[in-house]
Amino acid sequence: MSQIAAKLDLPEGRLETKLPDDKPLYGAAEARAEAERCLYCVDAPCIKACPTSIDIPTFIQKIATGNVRGSARTILEQNILGYSCARVCPVEVLCVGDCVYQEWHGAPIAIGRLQRYATETATRAGEPPLFTPKTRASAERKKVALIGGGPASLSCAAYLALEGHRAVILEKRALAGGLNTTGIAPYKLHAEDALHEVAWVRSLGVELQTGVEVGVNVKGDALLAEYDAVFIGVGLGADATLGVPDESGPGVVGATAWIESMKLGAPSATPLGRVVVVGGGNTAIDMARECARLGAREVTILYRRDAEAMSGYEHELAHAREEGVRVVVNAVPVGFMRDGGGTLFGVIVAEAANGRPILGTEHRLACDLVGVAIGQAKVQSIAGELPGVALDAKGCVQVDATTKRTGNRKVYAGGDCVNGGKEVVNAVADGRDAAHAMMLEWGQRTVTTKAKLAWTGAARG
Amino acid sequence: MADLTTDCAGIKSPNPFWLASAPPTNTGEQIMRAFDAGWGGAVWKTLGNPIVNVTSRFGAVDYAGRKVMGLNNIELITDRPLDVNLAEMREVKKRYPKHALVASLMTETREDWRVLIRKVEDAGCDGLELNFGCPHGMCERGMGSSVGQEPKLLEEITRWTKEFAKTPVLVKLTPNIGDILEPGIAAVKGGADGLSLINTVKSLIGVDLDRMVPLPRVGAQSTNGGYCGPAVKPIALHLVAALAREKAIGVPISGIGGISNWRDAAEFIALGSSSVQVCTAVMHHGYRIVGDMIDGLNEFLDARGMKSVRELSGRAVSSFVEWGDLDLGYKLVAGIDAKKCIGCQLCVTACWDGAHQCIFTGPADGVRPPHAHTKGPAVAPKPLPMGLLAGDRVPWIDEPECVGCNLCALVCPVEGCVTMREVETGAHETWNDRVAQGRDKVPGGIHG
Repeated sequence: MSQIAAKLDLPEGRLETKLPDDKPLYGAAEARAEAERCLYCVDAPCIKACPTSIDIPTFIQKIATGNVRGSARTILEQNILGYSCARVCPVEVLCVGDCVYQEWHGAPIAIGRLQRYATETATRAGEPPLFTPKTRASAERKKVALIGGGPASLSCAAYLALEGHRAVILEKRALAGGLNTTGIAPYKLHAEDALHEVAWVRSLGVELQTGVEVGVNVKGDALLAEYDAVFIGVGLGADATLGVPDESGPGVVGATAWIESMKLGAPSATPLGRVVVVGGGNTAIDMARECARLGAREVTILYRRDAEAMSGYEHELAHAREEGVRVVVNAVPVGFMRDGGGTLFGVIVAEAANGRPILGTEHRLACDLVGVAIGQAKVQSIAGELPGVALDAKGCVQVDATTKRTGNRKVYAGGDCVNGGKEVVNAVADGRDAAHAMMLEWGQRTVTTKAKLAWTGAARG
Repeated sequence: MADLTTDCAGIKSPNPFWLASAPPTNTGEQIMRAFDAGWGGAVWKTLGNPIVNVTSRFGAVDYAGRKVMGLNNIELITDRPLDVNLAEMREVKKRYPKHALVASLMTETREDWRVLIRKVEDAGCDGLELNFGCPHGMCERGMGSSVGQEPKLLEEITRWTKEFAKTPVLVKLTPNIGDILEPGIAAVKGGADGLSLINTVKSLIGVDLDRMVPLPRVGAQSTNGGYCGPAVKPIALHLVAALAREKAIGVPISGIGGISNWRDAAEFIALGSSSVQVCTAVMHHGYRIVGDMIDGLNEFLDARGMKSVRELSGRAVSSFVEWGDLDLGYKLVAGIDAKKCIGCQLCVTACWDGAHQCIFTGPADGVRPPHAHTKGPAVAPKPLPMGLLAGDRVPWIDEPECVGCNLCALVCPVEGCVTMREVETGAHETWNDRVAQGRDKVPGGIHG
């Protein structure tokens, strides 16, 4: 197993570096001005809308008083990946979407940007550590293996490390961070920033082994024998394919694979040309927006049903349209056109009813690149490695909703491999909850609910 | 993390943050919730003979979109039976033995003081705070600020209480006086173990112009109240500092007045407070604000290498001097950062109408006003600074005329855009030096 430094040199001139931050880091005065607008609501709707229940009004109040490190601590205690979540969360449908200003007279508070300001400022190079991990006697110090180095595992591992446990992440790629590193639209988060966060998590004491695939380099039973607990955070697998004629070959790519190469790979000299993206989810919209911003001649989203049925966020779709993306609904690809050399030059599109092609409606759409964003396969092999771990009908790992424990008492799971593909913030919540459940299981009461005050009203009668 | 434990005149608490005697400390249930939230101490709502309150009781001043810059109240001391308060006090102390629980008291005769002190000390309070500050209602009955404004009376009553008290006695002072040293010294002479200040500032918060009745309105009338909240902080800071630097005082101070966050608290502590008391910010935002106060003060102390809050206490006192001791040769001039300027030119109008006419715009040399100290035109910089954001709207400073007053820097909305730069003048002396050397005198002044 190779131990690789978290920060690898990424290729020069990667395509993603051409797309700057949509929401750059606030300056101190900007952050304070925005923070001071917050009403500091009680039992605030924004907290309830956050899958990790960050105490948003409190962290904002701390920015307003100049207590930026305290602010970051308020965020990270609840969501250890508060930095990347600040940048990648669809805040429009989460905290910001529920800001009381939405229903009143003003622009909602820019919670994501404030959260980025606090976490980025307080964790930048040269700042003293925000947290001191607990030290535990070796008898109490447990050892946990985390399969997959994405947000769910990073979160689980970080909370374990802070509590003085040994957390070892096994990542099959060369780089950890999961989708934060490989899949986030660059105008939200660049790969090097995701890797900085991984390095910060490692600074809490989390161990990372890259190039290690469970089932290939190490067997499940070996993990179960060596570790006190195992956490599965493998995310999702390869992009699904359409299964239509001439799909296989250059020019037709899975959307997440294309996004990963755009973010991490060496730049290609070929211009993007005309791009078609197939699918109606956020991955499809991301790829379409990225292509549009990278200068594609023409970008079209093909979706097989009505616009209302698209699973992508409305605000993302609206941005895509603003950026010139054409959205064609009730349309499906039924074949591809390639020249004698196999080069793609078009896609055959049929009109669709209820998602199914209508015979005789086929027409040709010229294109140079097709991104297929119709979902990703589930990583089912992991269940076979770990006895007691069961999958549901969709191939997702089955867990207890509260403890994130699988059918094997030592094995927990969270993130996309459990929920089928949600946000980074959901994965972080799963990882945190699993870490807490493990510690409860070991008799270490780290999960405390604030005892309700039992005022007896002594002499009130 | 620094050591935040506090000892104010022998009253110990896990941190310097106490709730001031006010609505947030009206009942035991509230105080226990506050302790759970992190408050280190609480001064119970003033006990005495229960009163009857009016409706309404509060009024506020908002400023620039933010609510409750200042709060005014006409509520009196506790309206709950003494026995109920005492029973709750006993319960709180039993459950929270390490927190500071101070009984604020206000009563009349020597015997009344004796009985009240015995009762609250029996209930387990850690100290007493004599309310000689309330400027509304109670003062009409010869208590509160009517005591705080009469040094002899204040001294006498303080002496009584010291005769009876087993726990430390803090005297809470009113700001509604000419010279804070008079009641401060009287309290110390009477034997006070410590001082707490300020109580509220006598005030009328506003007028309902439709009804032609001042606020807060009680039917068709109103009365003056006590003003508190962020607006009074500068007044309070001055009075705390004035006592802290006075040799004849020498007792610990619990600072009060507009403290809303850790930074405000740090300022009061730096000017000589051992503990600080908070009311209005809690009335506005709840007990939860103490989280940031603890956290923020810890960060501040850590960042400056201070191991305890005691190391901060009084750090800025010695640099608070009389005007006559200030260095007349210290000189600042303003500078504008063209990269940051947004071109609002608020500094220009502030300087021309409100200060000393030394900020100009445009490429031409400036025409100084006829009263200028420097002869000739104000020379424009060449080339004219071009702002990244403001283009040619970036103003420039006529440095020879700049008196270094700060006004432009204060009104500039952009952080770090207008900065004040020190200029060495070579000459350093104070007004008092000049007077001592006979080169100047205080015309008609009290120094003769």
